[in-house]
Amino acid sequence: MNQNYTTIAQKSSSVLATNKVLRNTYMLLSLTLLFSGLTAAISMFMNMPPMTYLISVIGGMVIAMFVLPRFAHSTAGIGIVFLITGMLGFGLGPILTMYASLPNGGNIITLSLAGTGIIFLGLSAYALATRKDFSFLGGFLMVGFLLVLLAAIANIFLAIPAMSLAISAVVILIMSGFILYDTSRIIHGGETNYVLATIGLYMTIFNIFISLLQILGIMGNDD
Amino acid sequence: MDDLNWMQIVSALALVMFIVILFPATLDKLKNSPQGTSQEWMSFFFPIIVVFLFITLLVALV
Repeated sequence: MNQNYTTIAQKSSSVLATNKVLRNTYMLLSLTLLFSGLTAAISMFMNMPPMTYLISVIGGMVIAMFVLPRFAHSTAGIGIVFLITGMLGFGLGPILTMYASLPNGGNIITLSLAGTGIIFLGLSAYALATRKDFSFLGGFLMVGFLLVLLAAIANIFLAIPAMSLAISAVVILIMSGFILYDTSRIIHGGETNYVLATIGLYMTIFNIFISLLQILGIMGNDD
Repeated sequence: MDDLNWMQIVSALALVMFIVILFPATLDKLKNSPQGTSQEWMSFFFPIIVVFLFITLLVALV
């Protein structure tokens, strides 16, 4: 009897810990998305040159890969997450300025933003409602992502519009898989650090938004 | 191909760097990820197909 109480207490404390990680992750994710929106607006207002995007993405990724893991378990980690997401948002400025100058640019940006939100919320709700374990996707998604990076390198030199369209579509599908994978990891206790969980989900949202912009930009442009 | 500028070269180098960094983690995930059953794969493909159809809808709207 006593052992049953202990098991129930252990289970409920594990569920509480998972809920806390989930709640903190979504809270930090919301704040970083708002902060990115602010830095993107500042960058648009400052009329930054296109190279800002490249510098911000490379800088943000390098900090996310090499600096963040060292500070993820301290409060400094939160500051570094804001630094990364602020940089990535700032880099978005010139891209948004470019799309806004298209004839139906406002429509493209609004649809991309709404589409990204719907995809993220829909997939998160699916993972949370079904509580399925998507840990089996890890290798598949990573291999898919590496193949997409290789295709992207090839297309820098080939510059085939149909290929960039296909790459963007595959990126959205792979990032959708990562949303399921990351959310399921949080639910099942595979990820207990909300700082790392936030940056993982933020990257998927960022990539989906950029890819949707590219797809809708190509398809919605009559020229 | 002739119009390669420094931004394209830096982009390509950055992507190569990301591949080199991510490669060991990918190998590790491939070796250590559990095998999914056909039912689990179906539960993955279902929302992915919905996302694909949703993108098609967005393209039709733009």
